Amino acid sequence: MEFLAQWLDVDFMARFAPMYVKAAGVTITIAFWGILFSLIVGFLCATVQYYRIPILKQMVSVYIELSRNTPLLVQLFFLYFGLPKVGIVWSAEVCAIVGLTFLGGSYMAEAFRSGLESVEKIQMESAISLGFSPWQAMREIIFPQALAVSIPALCANVIFLIKETSVVSGIALADLMYVAKDLIGIYYQTDEALLMLVLAYLVLLLPISILATLLERRLRYAGFGH
Amino acid sequence: MEETVQLQVQGLIKRFGNETVLNGISFSVHKGEVMVVLGPSGCGKSTLLRCINGLEAADGGRILLDGEPIISGGKNMIRMRQKIGMVFQSYDLFPHKNILENITLAPMKVQKRSKQEAREEAEQLLNRVGLWEKRNAFPRQLSGGQKQRVAIVRALCMHPEVMLFDEVTAALDPEMVREVLDVMLELASQGMTMIIVTHEMQFARAIADRVLFLDRGTVMEESTPEKFFSAPQTKRAQEFLNTFTFEKPNH
Repeated sequence: MEFLAQWLDVDFMARFAPMYVKAAGVTITIAFWGILFSLIVGFLCATVQYYRIPILKQMVSVYIELSRNTPLLVQLFFLYFGLPKVGIVWSAEVCAIVGLTFLGGSYMAEAFRSGLESVEKIQMESAISLGFSPWQAMREIIFPQALAVSIPALCANVIFLIKETSVVSGIALADLMYVAKDLIGIYYQTDEALLMLVLAYLVLLLPISILATLLERRLRYAGFGH
Repeated sequence: MEETVQLQVQGLIKRFGNETVLNGISFSVHKGEVMVVLGPSGCGKSTLLRCINGLEAADGGRILLDGEPIISGGKNMIRMRQKIGMVFQSYDLFPHKNILENITLAPMKVQKRSKQEAREEAEQLLNRVGLWEKRNAFPRQLSGGQKQRVAIVRALCMHPEVMLFDEVTAALDPEMVREVLDVMLELASQGMTMIIVTHEMQFARAIADRVLFLDRGTVMEESTPEKFFSAPQTKRAQEFLNTFTFEKPNH
């Protein structure tokens, strides 16, 4: 500690650490719901595309392009400052979760889609010819194989979306980024505030990243490639 | 051989866009009979099999199994499909399931048979095709010939009344063809009703009770293998058979 104290105000860091913990809670909450809904939206969109459902398929394409080609901050501004102009007022939390879902849904959809498309058509046909109903065939045969292919991309998206939550400070949500900016603004302790910010994100993301690597490695060993 | 008609195809028509792939195919297969379908590629052989088990919807005509119509997408389709086993050209085992799971999944999920009963039968069948030791292996660990034998077992475990084979040895290395054909010969000798699409002429001759020769979506010839291979009636059949014989070049 004394070694660190030469460069850093350790007392300051200790004093404001609880604020970071609290802010991490905000980041985690928004990330959790945003990612969960992104997975649901992504899965539904990928299914629509897989079955080539008319009209819905075009709507999904428009959504994916819109979502992937606009920055999250702009999407959040639209939700938080734009929608109230037409009478839709959402809390900052809801805006953040909706915004993250809007962004993440398209990324997840692409991840699921690549998995589904990697499963050969003959798999469905042989399942059907064994007497499986189309839904049974999807559940037992197609989805498990598709998911194994999608996992690396899905994991990458999860980490990407957690990092993207740092943008919600832009609509006054007290997440990690917000607290760091706040402390810098008030106390001008830039080094300490930013170091703690980096550490906080690392503590959040490293376990997830390691978990994802383990999961991918496991899938590769179980790899049922041809 | 019992003379009860098991499968009847009447005036079957199938189009893909403007192209008529099957143009009024009619034939019937009796119980326990082995029908070999021959013909140049693109003549509609595979499409015929795919129509019979409802993977493709027919555009005209009827297919009857035990007198009951097979209608793709129809209400009875799931029940009818269980009566028809099919083995495809490309190895189509489920790569995420081991061999036993591949075989027992449909009996358990579709026919609601107990796991133990399905496993016992699967192991018996695997033993018969000489693959019992592979029961816990994954498809990627098997050779092409072994995979096709498992695919046959998987179809048999559903107790089908008719088995369809769509060029099952076409993608195999030559030395693996035999082991698959032997399994089919054994099946035939046990009285399984079979429709076989193949390019193995020697095998066709040995296993067939009757030969159906298709060209451009129509039945050109239907006869016994002896008659078809020694004295084909149509010019198209003669030309087709000639492509399998080679003359020694003079040099």
